[in-house]
Amino acid sequence: MAATASQAKTAHGLNTAFILKKAVISALVALVLFSLMIGIRTEAGSDGQLTWWTRFGDLAAMVAVVFGGSIVMELLRHWWGPVETVRVVPPSAQKAFSFAGRALVPALLIFAFLVPVIFYDERYILDLGILVLTYVMLGWGLNVVVGLAGLLDLGYVAFYAVGAYSYALLATNFGLSFWICLPLAGILAAFFGVLLGFPVLRLRGDYLAIVTLAFGEIIRLVIINWQTLTGGPNGISGIPRPTMFGIPLTPGDDGLAARLGIEFSPTHRIVFLFYLILALALLTNWVTIRLRRLPIGRAWEALREDEVACRALGINTTTTKLTAFATGAMFGGFAGAFFATRQGFISPESFTFHESALVLAIVVLGGMGSQLGVALAALAMIGGFELFRGLEQFRMLVFGGAMVLLMIWRPRGLIGHRAPTVFLERNTAISSDLVKEGHG
Amino acid sequence: MDYFAQQLINGLVLGSIYGLIAIGYTMVYGIVGMINFAHGDIFMIGGFIALITFLILVSIGLTTVPVILLLVLLVSMAITSLYGWTIERIAYRPLRHSFRLAPMLSAIGMSFVLTNFSQVAQGARVKPVPPIITGGYTLHEGADGFAVRLSNIQIIVVITTIVLLALFTWLVARTRLGRDMRACEQDQTMASLLGVDVDRTISMTFVIGAALAAVAGMMYLLYYGLVDFFMGFVAGIKAFTAAVLGGIGSLPGAMLGGLLIGLIETLWAAYFSTEYKDVAAFSILIVVLIFLPTGLLGRPEVEKV
Amino acid sequence: MNINDILSVENLTMRFGGIVAVNNLSFTAERGKITALIGPNGAGKTTVFNCITGFYKPTSGTIKLRHSDGEWRLERLNDFRISKIAKVARTFQNIRLFPGMTALENLMVAQHNTLMRASGFTLLGLFGVPSYRAAEKAAIDLARYWLDQIGLLERADDAAGNLPYGDQRRLEIARAMCTEPALLCLDEPAAGLNARESAALNELLLKIRAEHGTSILLIEHDMSVVMQISDHINVLDYGVKIADGTPQQIRDNPKVIAAYLGADEEEAIAVMEGET
Repeated sequence: MAATASQAKTAHGLNTAFILKKAVISALVALVLFSLMIGIRTEAGSDGQLTWWTRFGDLAAMVAVVFGGSIVMELLRHWWGPVETVRVVPPSAQKAFSFAGRALVPALLIFAFLVPVIFYDERYILDLGILVLTYVMLGWGLNVVVGLAGLLDLGYVAFYAVGAYSYALLATNFGLSFWICLPLAGILAAFFGVLLGFPVLRLRGDYLAIVTLAFGEIIRLVIINWQTLTGGPNGISGIPRPTMFGIPLTPGDDGLAARLGIEFSPTHRIVFLFYLILALALLTNWVTIRLRRLPIGRAWEALREDEVACRALGINTTTTKLTAFATGAMFGGFAGAFFATRQGFISPESFTFHESALVLAIVVLGGMGSQLGVALAALAMIGGFELFRGLEQFRMLVFGGAMVLLMIWRPRGLIGHRAPTVFLERNTAISSDLVKEGHG
Repeated sequence: MDYFAQQLINGLVLGSIYGLIAIGYTMVYGIVGMINFAHGDIFMIGGFIALITFLILVSIGLTTVPVILLLVLLVSMAITSLYGWTIERIAYRPLRHSFRLAPMLSAIGMSFVLTNFSQVAQGARVKPVPPIITGGYTLHEGADGFAVRLSNIQIIVVITTIVLLALFTWLVARTRLGRDMRACEQDQTMASLLGVDVDRTISMTFVIGAALAAVAGMMYLLYYGLVDFFMGFVAGIKAFTAAVLGGIGSLPGAMLGGLLIGLIETLWAAYFSTEYKDVAAFSILIVVLIFLPTGLLGRPEVEKV
Repeated sequence: MNINDILSVENLTMRFGGIVAVNNLSFTAERGKITALIGPNGAGKTTVFNCITGFYKPTSGTIKLRHSDGEWRLERLNDFRISKIAKVARTFQNIRLFPGMTALENLMVAQHNTLMRASGFTLLGLFGVPSYRAAEKAAIDLARYWLDQIGLLERADDAAGNLPYGDQRRLEIARAMCTEPALLCLDEPAAGLNARESAALNELLLKIRAEHGTSILLIEHDMSVVMQISDHINVLDYGVKIADGTPQQIRDNPKVIAAYLGADEEEAIAVMEGET
């Protein structure tokens, strides 16, 4: 450590005393912060009495980590220069990036289609792929509301839940097939989207945030407590698996494997599910891209830029907002129905605020409004989260910390520009510094 | 009637705790215009620190209850404030002039960090403490044997809340720090041109908000006799609801909203159903905002055209 | 309401709490003409505009609008309907473009209602039916025409927020014109423009009047604009109309000069020397 520090000093005139002082202060702060929370451990004994013991070793270790971490951070900051300089990207690099971006989309798409072929024997990767694609779809759905229309929605998980429960209830009670339930789930979720849209029409910013959050919580609490309908905290099990247009993917005689004359394998279903969610996600993407180029999509973006100007141009902001909520909710509902059929079991635990926050983080990290960015962010967040599986109880801690760091690193997301929806001569991307965020 | 009076007392006590947390939300919103999603977890940390301090004090042989309470209060406020200060430094300050959603997500991330930090550090199980303050008064005994009771702890919660509120109102209205805070609320650039240390003022806002949350955490510990790592989420959402209901940015609004949410919840649980008490609180919030889009005491937003 | 009038404001009063911003104001705007609304700062001009375009509900009074499509009482229409049905377009004192969208996109958004119908309220458009494609092409052509009129064809694909100030002002006028209005309300279109840009603005407005027959209602401080292009001028002071007439009549009206002198000497001189 000392060697690298002195080396840096000769190169850039590093102020060692300043760094050390900062590290000492950080360590002292950490000492106070952690003194009781880590230095002392409490636990309820078997008789209900609380006992406690000291963990000064852990405390010392944590303080040392903060001390060292502070020095490393300062050195990194010194070498990389202030954050602002990184943000100025030279035009040549921008061009290269946009070319890479254009090549990236087909490459990602081809890769996505090939995943079940490449990883046919690796069930874990297939499952992870399905999970990532589910979040890609949710991200794209929420992107309509947050990224395009600029309306904040902290309760997006409600529509995911409505979709999942719609399918589960319709399928278990009335025996309807997945393909009939899927549009119904979407319509029901869209209906709930409008239901949420009405009270928030006049609200802005943080009022919008709390109402959408409250809406998500209300849906979850109703699901938990309306036991006769939803099974309460126990959830609904035995949800029918999807069929390939009527042909079940089971080992029986009428199963797909038997009809094709191949040996049955449970992987068939996983592969089918993978392509199903891929198709649903791509449908979401296709519809969103089309909508952006239609008057309704432009009105959404205009709403994000300036609501007053929209009204002055004769745009009905009420219906514009409601269609944004409904469209986003519908995609959430589709994803929910898929989730239910994939899991075969759903319970309120899957639909907490946590999920809403995760999807919102994917949208914001993706770069609001960018379809590619959302897909990359979903891959990074969900894939990254899986990487930390081994950390067990530290996983969420790392996840939360990563969220903070990612936001500080890229407040405007991975893809920091907006593509115009129509052009005369040049299709030039617009820097995100100009793009407004909406009042959500 | 007696039953109603009892529920009213319970509701006001719960509402006081919500109000104390809500002030932190409202202050931060007023000065930096962001929702500090980690504030609920600051409250939870405050509760834990109060619990640990209490355990240590008891085991070193301190027995005088008022002294214990005072020490617990001071330690909890001091350490929790430092949490508030640190979080602002790490997670919010770098994003101060950034887009609005970035600090909010940073705050959500920070909330995950704090929740899971205390789960890792102190375990997932609920931590109960034996009742520290016991006794109380019977205000009225009905013919049917139902007695309206006001316990000492309830009195302490309400009195602490009133004292803190008075102190805090004084601080904002009369002191230099309060004036700086109000100046930063109006216009940070102008305030800094006039010699207000904006960074320091914002830090102090977080510190004060965290200190009040610590008091709320301690009150919660005393009143319910337990803490757990997850309590910050629910209490945080309720307090945030309270702050918005009262009109975010308004201090009396936060207290009023807190009391209302506490009352709605308690009365709904008492007369209708316990299961749907939160649904009732959230629904009333939504209904109020339909008619008063800036809450009960919030300044109506004038649309400048 | 005279047969030649497009707009007739009668006994309009707007109160904010105890403040009377506009007091019993009546004036008319003739069809196909440029009518100006002038007055010292704080005279209530923008408030009148906000009442006409539906952003404020007047405390009392009526605002009648009549043109070939029909007749409306504007104070009874909802904000967006004033533009959509009654065909009144406006610009803003503080430019309100969509900064993150290109100049062309700004003009496309202005044709929202036309395109919405053409796209079968999105459903047909989603599948790219030919009739929608034709409508979109027509919309682009209209946008191209207006970009050309304001001399911004070259910058059609640049973000509106990146344009220089004067260009943004003109783009806002073009955007309003893309709604194909019968009455165009301009709130200080020359604010912040230099002499050359002001002259170009005059030309543009005269052209709009001559070639499109659009009636224009204008709030302006820049007397070189007001005096040169207005057909009729109304002078407001403290929410009350103190004079109206042709530019020549206004220039010679001692009440107007007094109002401006009372408010601001420089502006009074500007009024008197308006012709230069």
